[in-house]
Amino acid sequence: MKTKIQHLRAKYRYSIILLRELVVNDFKLRYQHSALGYLWSLLKPFSQFLILYVVFVKVLGIGANIPHFGVALLLGIVLWSYFTEVTNGSIMAIVGRGDLLRKVNFPRYVVILSGSLSALINLAINLAVVVIFMLIDKAQVSAYAILMPLLIVELFVFALSLGFLLSSLYVRFRDVNHIWDVVMQAAFFATPIMYVFNDIYDKYPVIAKIMIVNPVAQIIQDSRHILMHPKNITLGYVYGSKLAYLIPVAIVTVTAIVAGLYFKKRSPYFAEEV
Amino acid sequence: MSKNIAIKVDRVSKHFMLPHERSHTLKSTLTGFLSGKRNRKSTKQRALKNISFEIYEGEFFGIVGRNGSGKSTLLKMLAGIYQPNKGTIEVNGKLVPFIELGVGFNGELTGRENVYLNGALLGFSKKEVDAQYEEIVAFAELEEFMDQKLKNYSSGMQVRLAFSLATRAKTDILLVDEVLAVGDADFQRKCFKYFRELKRQKKTVVFVSHDMSSVQEYCDRAILIENSELVLEGNSYDVGSAYTRMFSDQADGPADLSKIKRRWGNEKARFNSVKVDPKSIASKESITVYAEFTARENLEELIVGFKVREIDGSGTALFGTNNKIQRQELKNIQKGETYTVQWQFPNTLNDGKYALDIGLSGQDYAETYDSWDEAQILSVNKIEPNPYPSSPIIKTRLAKKS
Repeated sequence: MKTKIQHLRAKYRYSIILLRELVVNDFKLRYQHSALGYLWSLLKPFSQFLILYVVFVKVLGIGANIPHFGVALLLGIVLWSYFTEVTNGSIMAIVGRGDLLRKVNFPRYVVILSGSLSALINLAINLAVVVIFMLIDKAQVSAYAILMPLLIVELFVFALSLGFLLSSLYVRFRDVNHIWDVVMQAAFFATPIMYVFNDIYDKYPVIAKIMIVNPVAQIIQDSRHILMHPKNITLGYVYGSKLAYLIPVAIVTVTAIVAGLYFKKRSPYFAEEV
Repeated sequence: MSKNIAIKVDRVSKHFMLPHERSHTLKSTLTGFLSGKRNRKSTKQRALKNISFEIYEGEFFGIVGRNGSGKSTLLKMLAGIYQPNKGTIEVNGKLVPFIELGVGFNGELTGRENVYLNGALLGFSKKEVDAQYEEIVAFAELEEFMDQKLKNYSSGMQVRLAFSLATRAKTDILLVDEVLAVGDADFQRKCFKYFRELKRQKKTVVFVSHDMSSVQEYCDRAILIENSELVLEGNSYDVGSAYTRMFSDQADGPADLSKIKRRWGNEKARFNSVKVDPKSIASKESITVYAEFTARENLEELIVGFKVREIDGSGTALFGTNNKIQRQELKNIQKGETYTVQWQFPNTLNDGKYALDIGLSGQDYAETYDSWDEAQILSVNKIEPNPYPSSPIIKTRLAKKS
C-alpha cells in the first residue's frame, strides 16, 4: 500500500515538473520574435476593446439598452477567445508533438493540460484588462462577483474536456479540425457574444431557452450579470428557476467523463498512431 | 546464484496496422462502417512475434538485428511507448523514459532553457537541475554557448549537451539506442567511459547497436532479432558473431540461423586437427597450440590465425595472432598441400576457462575458408594469478608437411 502511494506521488511529481516546463516554454516562445514581447498579451485585448467599442457601441449603437455594454462585449470576447484557444490548440497538440511521443514515455495528458494552462494565464491577463475598463466605466459589480472563480472553473473544465476529446479523435480522424472549425463558426453566432441576449429573449423566448443551456453562453451571461450590470439576464432568469443550472452542469460533467475515458483508453496508442 | 529480474518479456507480439491511404478520415470510417468493412484499407505488418526473454539486474544486455528487424520496436515497448498486442512486459525498477538523445530539444530555446526542459523530461525539477547545471555544462564543454539558441549549435554540440544530460538520469534501468553512431572519437571515448562507470555501478543497461565490437565488449548477454523473431539468445560474443555471419552469408541467400554453428566457412581449406598442450594449465609454463590444415583448392594466399577469449561472461577476446601479422606469409598454395602451424606463448591467463578459436581465411581476409570457434578449451588453474592482464609474446612456426 505504502509503495503504491509512493509510486503515485512519484508519477504525479513527474507530471508537475513537465507541466511547469512546458507552460513556461510555451510562454517564452509565444512572443519571442516580437519587439514588444509580453506587452502584446495586454495590448491585444486593449486594442480589441477599442475596435469593438467604436464599431458596435458607437457606430451601430448595439446595447444602448444595457449599461456598460462595451465592457460586457469585451468580457464575452475574452471568455470566448479562451474557449477557442484551448479547443483549437488541443486538436493539433497530440499530433504536433508526435516526435516527442514516439521517443519519450510521459503522461500524455500533460500535453493537453499544459496548453490549457498557458491559455489560462492568457485569460488572467485579459481579465485584468477587463477589470481596468470596468473600473474606468464604473461597472455595477454585484456581491455575487465572488462566484466568478466558479464560472472560470466551469469554463476551464469544459474547454479542457473538449480538448482531450478532440485531440484524441484527431489522432485517428484527420478531418476533426475542419469539422470543429465549422462548429465553432456556428457556435460563435449561437452564443451571445456580439449581441445583447436580452433582445433575443424578448423576441424569441424559446430560442433563447435553447441557446442559454450552452455552458459557454451560460458562463458569459452569468459573468456579465455579476460583473457588469444585473440587467444582463441569466439562465436562472430565463427558466425562472436556479435548478435549470443543472443542465449546463450536466453537459460539462458528461463531456468531462466521456472525454476523460476516451483519452485514457486511446492515449497508450498515440505513439504508434500519430 | 539467484539473480533478480529487471525486465521480463513474456510472449510479446506486436503488429502495426498500416492504412493504405496516408490519411484516415471520418468519412472513410463511416462509409466503411456502414458497409460492414471496417479497416479494409489497412494491412497488418508484423513487427515482433512471440518474443520472450529476461534481463537480470546489473546486466548489460544487447539487442542486435538488421534494420527493420523489430529491435527498435522492442526497445520502445520496453520503454512503455508502444503497447504489445499480445504478451506482457514486466519492469522492476525505475526506467529512463528515453530511447534517444536530445528528445524534446527545441531549437528556438537557448541551451540553458533546453537543459531545464530536457531535465524535466528526465524527471528533474528546476531546483534539481539548478544544483547540477554547472556540471552538466562543463561535461558538455559548452560553457560559452549556453545563452545561444540551440538551432545555432552544431550537431556535435547538441549531442554533447544531450549526452551530458542523459548521464544525469537517476534510474535503475537505461535504454540506449545507437548513441555511439554519433560524435567524434573524443565523444565516443566519453561514452565508453560512462558505460564502464555504469557497469561498475551495476546498473541494468539495454543496448541496441549495429556495432558488434561494442556489443561484444560491453554486453554480458544479447539477443538477435531477425524477421520479427528472436533467433538467438546467449552470451554477447556468440550473438555478435552470429550477427556478423548473417551478413557474410548473404551472398548465398538469407542466413539460416537455426544452423548457427561453431564451425563454418567455404572449406577451400580446412583444419584437420587442433591440439593444445597442456590442456589443463596450472602454472606459468608455456602453452603450445598445434594445428594441421589442408588446402582443397589452389589458393593465392592463406592466412591462419587463432585467438583466445573468455568463455563466460562477455566473451572478450584477450589475444591472438596470425601468420600475416607475424610476417610469415603463405602464398601460392597448391591443392592438396598440408601445413602444420605451431603457436607457443607463456601462460598469462588467470583462473578460468578460455575458448580457443582458430580460422583460415583468404587474401585480405575477404574469404573465410574455415572458422572454428571453441576448437579447444583451455582450463587454467593458477596458483599465483597475474596482477594485470597482458598480451603474451607469441612464437609462430609454420611448416609444410611432406
